[in-house]
Amino acid sequence: MTRSASVLFRRLGRYYLLYAAGFVGLVVFLAVAERFGLAPRWIGQIFLFSTIAIYALIGVMSRTSDVSEYYVAGRRVPALYNGMATAADWMSAASFIGLAGTLYYAGFEGLAFVTGWTGGYVLVALLLAPFLRKFGEFTIPDFLGARYEGHFARMVGVFAGVLASFVYVVAQIYGVGLITSRFIGIEFEIGVFVGLAGILVCSFLGGMRAVTWTQVAQYLILIIAYLVPVVILSYKVTGVPIPQAVYGTVLHDLGVKEVELFTEPRENDVRALYRQRADDLARKISELPESLAVERQAQMQRVNELRTQGAPAREVATAERTLRDLPRTPDEARVKWERARQESLQRSVPPPPHAEAHPGPDQASRDSARLNFIALSFVLMVGTAGLPHILMRYYTTPSVRDARRSVFWTLFFIFLLYVTAPAYAVFAKWEVYSTLIGSHIASLPPWVASWGKVGLVKIEDINADGILQLAELSLNSDAILLLTPEIAGLPYVVSGLVAAGGLAAALSTADGLLLTISHALSHDVYYRVINPEASSQRRLVITKSQLLVVAVIAAWVASLRPDSILFMVGLAFSIAASAFFPALVLGIFWKRANKWGAISGMIAGLGITLLYIVRTHPFFGGGLGNAWFGIHPISCGVFGVPTGFLVIVVVSLLTPPPSAAVLALVDKVRLPDAGR
Amino acid sequence: MDDTEARQRAYWRSTLRLTGVLLSVWAAVSFLPGWFADEMNQIVFFGWPFGFYMAGQGALIVFLLIVWIYDRWMVRLERRHGLGGEG
Repeated sequence: MTRSASVLFRRLGRYYLLYAAGFVGLVVFLAVAERFGLAPRWIGQIFLFSTIAIYALIGVMSRTSDVSEYYVAGRRVPALYNGMATAADWMSAASFIGLAGTLYYAGFEGLAFVTGWTGGYVLVALLLAPFLRKFGEFTIPDFLGARYEGHFARMVGVFAGVLASFVYVVAQIYGVGLITSRFIGIEFEIGVFVGLAGILVCSFLGGMRAVTWTQVAQYLILIIAYLVPVVILSYKVTGVPIPQAVYGTVLHDLGVKEVELFTEPRENDVRALYRQRADDLARKISELPESLAVERQAQMQRVNELRTQGAPAREVATAERTLRDLPRTPDEARVKWERARQESLQRSVPPPPHAEAHPGPDQASRDSARLNFIALSFVLMVGTAGLPHILMRYYTTPSVRDARRSVFWTLFFIFLLYVTAPAYAVFAKWEVYSTLIGSHIASLPPWVASWGKVGLVKIEDINADGILQLAELSLNSDAILLLTPEIAGLPYVVSGLVAAGGLAAALSTADGLLLTISHALSHDVYYRVINPEASSQRRLVITKSQLLVVAVIAAWVASLRPDSILFMVGLAFSIAASAFFPALVLGIFWKRANKWGAISGMIAGLGITLLYIVRTHPFFGGGLGNAWFGIHPISCGVFGVPTGFLVIVVVSLLTPPPSAAVLALVDKVRLPDAGR
Repeated sequence: MDDTEARQRAYWRSTLRLTGVLLSVWAAVSFLPGWFADEMNQIVFFGWPFGFYMAGQGALIVFLLIVWIYDRWMVRLERRHGLGGEG
């Protein structure tokens, strides 16, 4: 480390320490204020607006009009801080909000996300980051263009990168909209654009430089917000405030509780009632369209009866609403009833025990679950090592050595969250199973009603015994994390903190992705292909205007509330894995890989992935009947990656070897800092 | 000149060897616990079923170790082969 670098390092340390202390101070202040009667609504607003104001301040302070600063933060980011920024870049709304909920429901099966989203960094460290840093340009398509001689490979890279990043950024902005609308109480669509403003103040003014320093700040908030509730919960349940170390014993107790709950007679009554409902719905679906007419007739009669009997106005209104909500056409009825039937069917069987690996009714489905578990972790790992917004960050360190160390720090910082997520799920489940289930429905805690209003918690007393059975409760999986503080009876300030953390996670990822997209369009398409003579000022103007356009389009798409959003995020990993990973790795480790091999390999890998998803995902009208080896569409990259490798090797060997200049480039990339 | 080239070649060979070893550890830790989860879950490890522990925490710790060892080892390799600047 040179002298000026170590001065910078120490100064950064001071700033962020001060900042973290300030944030903790704010939390403590709000906690005290809550004691003295500050309304929850205000706490939420203060949290969200003050954090957005901090990000904006950092963004304004690091505004820049220098190309190298704007694209790669001047390549001065110390390994530790780049690690933190990359961790924030990496951990999206899905990791922060969704993962704990996924683990809550999926138990062992959800761990594929935990290993998958961390193991990918081993590939980044060993196969990509140091070499890309040595190459030392601005974007990932830059590498493809240089290594595979020409614009063709670069443009394929731009296409795949923009495709993967765009679906991902829409999901982030959607998450921002959800959080702001829920915690500030504004409309979802307005929330989306409030979040957009928060994203733009950073990336627009200062590019990579502003985004890097903001992401460090966002990381600190999101990790504090993630750890605090579960640490308190762990202390409450076990007396030890280190949830990661002690949740094993809670998992064991949970297993005992599960057996007890799943065999309880009333629980089984409830499940039988749901099975009956599912059978009823199945019968109604098979008797369409007559059944719909019968249903409408019966409901009309009921409304009339209630009216003539002079029943209370509320009952009449409910009956009228049921009548109004009946499906209008037989087709609509089929869809609606089928969905209801599936839901009832799901509730008619107890969930698999939390720790059981690859559960299923028979050996075949257990084997299929196991195969899918492996496939999913594989795709997530390779996808991690192919996502351009992550790889791009390793261009910003001062040296190759720093790039390597920086991957270590990245993994360390994301490790803190991913190692906690399974603990989160276990503690939340324990609280729900041991305190909530079996209590009287009339005396449930107030959060059940308040979250019920936004549709995230549903309770139906199907056996009318006035007591909550497990099958009667449905918690939205995205709500688990946001709910945990309230389930555990913690003060509202903790909920506000969690919301601020979720916002930080979504904003930081959105920033990184927007930069990747706008850099690809302005640097790779405009500067490298259309107008290589452009002045640096002009390049920045183009970058910034494209950033704005992409951000607004992404916010607009998010405001339409596409309900297939999670599936699209899963798709991003498969796209990145199959398009980028083989071409990048072979480009570094196999000199014989050439232009035609890489281009056809990228297109073939991407093609297989997209084809598979279209054939198997219901969103495109496909079905699992078309699946190969029963692999779910989310893991489609498992076919794309080997295809990519194979095609690159075969086509490269059939066409002439790359030029001497490319061989020299590969040699250069393989050597550390001083080596030429 | 020849000397530099030989050193660089030796450096790259050692890099490849290290990468290969670490990658096989990575693959083993990533995929074996998932595949043999049922069998491993029979063992109890500090309260956890061992398969669950490996997929949820053990593997992550090994990943962290792999990246740390790689970082350390590469610095040593650079030094041994006289590459990598200030050392």
